[in-house]
Amino acid sequence: MKTFRSFVRKEFLHILRDRRTLLVLFGMPVLQIILFGYAINTEVKEAKVAVLDRSGDVRSTDLINSLFASGYFMHAGTLHAPPEIQRVFEEGAAKMVVEIGPDFARSFEEGRASIALIADASDPNVASIITGYAGQMIAKWSGRYRVAPSVEVINVQHRMHYNPEMKSVYLFVPGVITIVLMLVSAMLTSVSIAREKEYGSMEIMLVSPLRPVMIVLGKAVPYLLLSLVNATFVFSVGRLLFDVPMHGSYLLLAGEGLLFILTALSLGLLFSTIARNQQTALMLSLFVLMMPTILLSGFIFPTSSMPLPLQVVSNVMPAKHFIIILRGIMLKGVGMEVLWPQTVILIGMCLFLLAVSIRKFNVRLQ
Amino acid sequence: MRTVLHMLRKEFLQIFRNKGMLPIIFVAPVAQLLILVHAADFEVRNVRLLVNDMDRSAMSRALVHRLEASDLFHVQEGFGGFKEGMDALDGGRTDAFLRIPNRFEKDIRSTMHAPVMLDLNGVDGQFASLVLIYVRSIIADEQVSIVQRMHSSTATGPPVQAIPRFWYNMRMNYKNLMVPGLLVVLVTLVGMFLSSMNIVREKELGTIEQLNVTPIRKWQFILGKLLPFWFISLFLLAVGLIVGKVAFRIPMEGSIPLLFAFAAVYLWVMLGLGLLISTISDTQQQSMFVSWFFLVIFVLMSGLFTSIDNMPAWAQRITWFDPVSYFVEVVRMVLLKGSGARDIAKHFGAITAFALAINGLAVLSYRKRA
Amino acid sequence: MSGAVIHARGLTKRFGTFTAVDRIDLDVKPGEIFGFLGANGAGKTTAMKMFIGLLRPSEGQATVAGHDVYSESDAIKRSIGYMSQRFSLYNDLTVRENIRFYGGVYGLRKVELKERTMDLLNELGLQGHADARLAGLPLGWKQKLAFSVALIHRPRVVFLDEPTGGVDPVTRRQFWEMIYAAADGGVTVFVTTHYMDEAEYCHRASIMVDGVMAACDTPAALKLRFEASSMDEVFYRLARGASRNE
Repeated sequence: MKTFRSFVRKEFLHILRDRRTLLVLFGMPVLQIILFGYAINTEVKEAKVAVLDRSGDVRSTDLINSLFASGYFMHAGTLHAPPEIQRVFEEGAAKMVVEIGPDFARSFEEGRASIALIADASDPNVASIITGYAGQMIAKWSGRYRVAPSVEVINVQHRMHYNPEMKSVYLFVPGVITIVLMLVSAMLTSVSIAREKEYGSMEIMLVSPLRPVMIVLGKAVPYLLLSLVNATFVFSVGRLLFDVPMHGSYLLLAGEGLLFILTALSLGLLFSTIARNQQTALMLSLFVLMMPTILLSGFIFPTSSMPLPLQVVSNVMPAKHFIIILRGIMLKGVGMEVLWPQTVILIGMCLFLLAVSIRKFNVRLQ
Repeated sequence: MRTVLHMLRKEFLQIFRNKGMLPIIFVAPVAQLLILVHAADFEVRNVRLLVNDMDRSAMSRALVHRLEASDLFHVQEGFGGFKEGMDALDGGRTDAFLRIPNRFEKDIRSTMHAPVMLDLNGVDGQFASLVLIYVRSIIADEQVSIVQRMHSSTATGPPVQAIPRFWYNMRMNYKNLMVPGLLVVLVTLVGMFLSSMNIVREKELGTIEQLNVTPIRKWQFILGKLLPFWFISLFLLAVGLIVGKVAFRIPMEGSIPLLFAFAAVYLWVMLGLGLLISTISDTQQQSMFVSWFFLVIFVLMSGLFTSIDNMPAWAQRITWFDPVSYFVEVVRMVLLKGSGARDIAKHFGAITAFALAINGLAVLSYRKRA
Repeated sequence: MSGAVIHARGLTKRFGTFTAVDRIDLDVKPGEIFGFLGANGAGKTTAMKMFIGLLRPSEGQATVAGHDVYSESDAIKRSIGYMSQRFSLYNDLTVRENIRFYGGVYGLRKVELKERTMDLLNELGLQGHADARLAGLPLGWKQKLAFSVALIHRPRVVFLDEPTGGVDPVTRRQFWEMIYAAADGGVTVFVTTHYMDEAEYCHRASIMVDGVMAACDTPAALKLRFEASSMDEVFYRLARGASRNE
């Protein structure tokens, strides 16, 4: 036990001595949350809209005024001829051009007026959202002038649950926590073991009276604690700085967190048995672990929109289940009664990975 | 110059000899591009919509059928009322929950007005807004046909028809946007990590000392270190573009040589940054994490996933210092819009300035003597 | 002494308040094998690094092959060879590739490089292993190769930093034969070691204690002066009072 303690102490010293890595481990998630909280926004507001009004009559002017009165769009200039549309898009001066054809007032009275909403669809979602809103506003506006048929026959009353203000930071904090845990538990562990191999210090430990399982544990314990501290830190920053909600049970959160850390640690261990040097361990964890985790876990991209094979693959990612759990506990305030399937899957993955990696580790020794 | 050639030969030999690294350098990025492009997609499809039709009238059924007919939604019907819907939202089994009250048809016939209730999972705001827009537009279509059926004599469409037209990406294909962007990230990732781990690796192995007592000059050393990764990254870009063209049919409106010219300068920035990190790091792990730090920030701020236009003004100013944002924009401009040399002149100027500054710093900070 | 290949007066290196090398004076003649002895931490490696241009001295003056260590480190680098205590060739390259790389870095012409490579392989008896990666070769061979690579550009001086660490006695013997052969060819050899039996092989030896040069003479003269039967004893007498002995 004493040898084990000294071994764990040595690992801690390694971690604490490397100030730059520590700075990255704690600084990066905070910076990410700040970026997600203040800078990076998936919601579209004040979209730049230019106007090409070839009619210029009372009706069209009224329509345009009511469009911009909403505050949703920002007036980005008045165009005079269709060729200018191309120019404003290429310069990036506008995301959408509202084009009103000649003789708008008359065709409006005759009930056959049409307006073109020309969008720069380089980003299709932004294009859909702004044309969608503009379409609704135009419908509302025309409803004011025509009694029948009313445009609001079916009135959609909607409610946004869990995140009524649609703040991106609520969406991303659970994801950032997950990525940080993955980074520390899986990547750092695998790299640190690979480094010992490269330096030959692994052999020294293997000939010491420590049993292999103890070496693995000794490697894992410091990173487990570091992960916990780091995750708590990120969580607190999200809570304090951005009021990210926490509707569920702290105890459950801690338990699930621990479960995920163990899973990630076993993954890291498994990788270290494959990689012979640091560089390979780093590249391997980067391309096989981090990139897929970021892209397939639902952290940024919703998994439900993915093609079926990828949805299947995404189920293999421990991170996907953990993000669901985190969002469930923090934003929805649900408990085990809802999250048990994800929890069971994580437990299964954890046990499986732990068994395989310890087995592989032992085999390599013989 | 011959010294540089000898450095180059040595670096290439070492790269190609490392059997563990080769597939990671060449295969992984292409595989990622092929697979992850399908994931890196904000397109809203297969939205899971739980419907409670409590009216079960001809009108309500017509509405449900119209929703089902749209390939945007995967409609599930339930009868459990509000409780069931909220449970499904809580449990993540549905993205949205639509309730049609039991007086739906009666209300429309009597007052021409009836509400329906839509509860959405708003965790992902953009996703939820799109779902709302899609549901609304389908319901709007339905009400037009309701109105037409009821007033068959005065059949008219809505007084003003707003017709959306989508430029540059008519089929609203997200891949056109994401493939070039992801390619930028992958090329940057490989180039930057390889260069950032290189010098520090020689430091860790102790071979750097032997090099330091040779008469090799700083610029020869830096050049010899960077050129291999520069070639590899450009090669990767070429492979990626071919994959994008063949597998995803991404448009290539503009000049490809122009794109490569920009990439050539851009890579000097990222490789130089990697090298700079490498010279100040003590271990490969450290240099990896520091590079990762920069890369994540650069990519998040690059406008690849979220439009820079949506950022507040101060954040937009920060993106001026993000080399990745320039390349993401240039790739999209050249490939999708066919922008020419004059359109990207500003980007070219900025990236050249970065390249000079970063590599100047790298040469300065690499010291042969303590 | 005007003909000295390595010349130092009052050469000093301080790290903060710690004086690693304290005002050493020395002159090494052409073709001499000069032993630089001392316990670990006595300042041997620091002193050597100042000569080869890896460290800038804090004080004093020194020239190597007639070039000033402050201002002409590039010229020094062209005229010296160096072999460090850490094995510093590339394990993932073959014997031939390593030779070619370092030869190239020292600016050898193509024909010259080919010739030297052949010579080297013959001298070392490595013809059959020219295309084997270093990783698989025994340490002794690798050290001998490292020494030969340090001489590839025919430098006037070669600096060896504990070259025989971890090498078996037979290989050490062969190694010293190579050193003698180089010295016979006119190369000045500056070697640090803590094997005192190796000190006996040197033409002259100096002993550093706590950053100061405690003695410097031929091994025979040193033994006479300290009434010792071996260099080992000489060293113990001098080093006993050291405070930095690890």
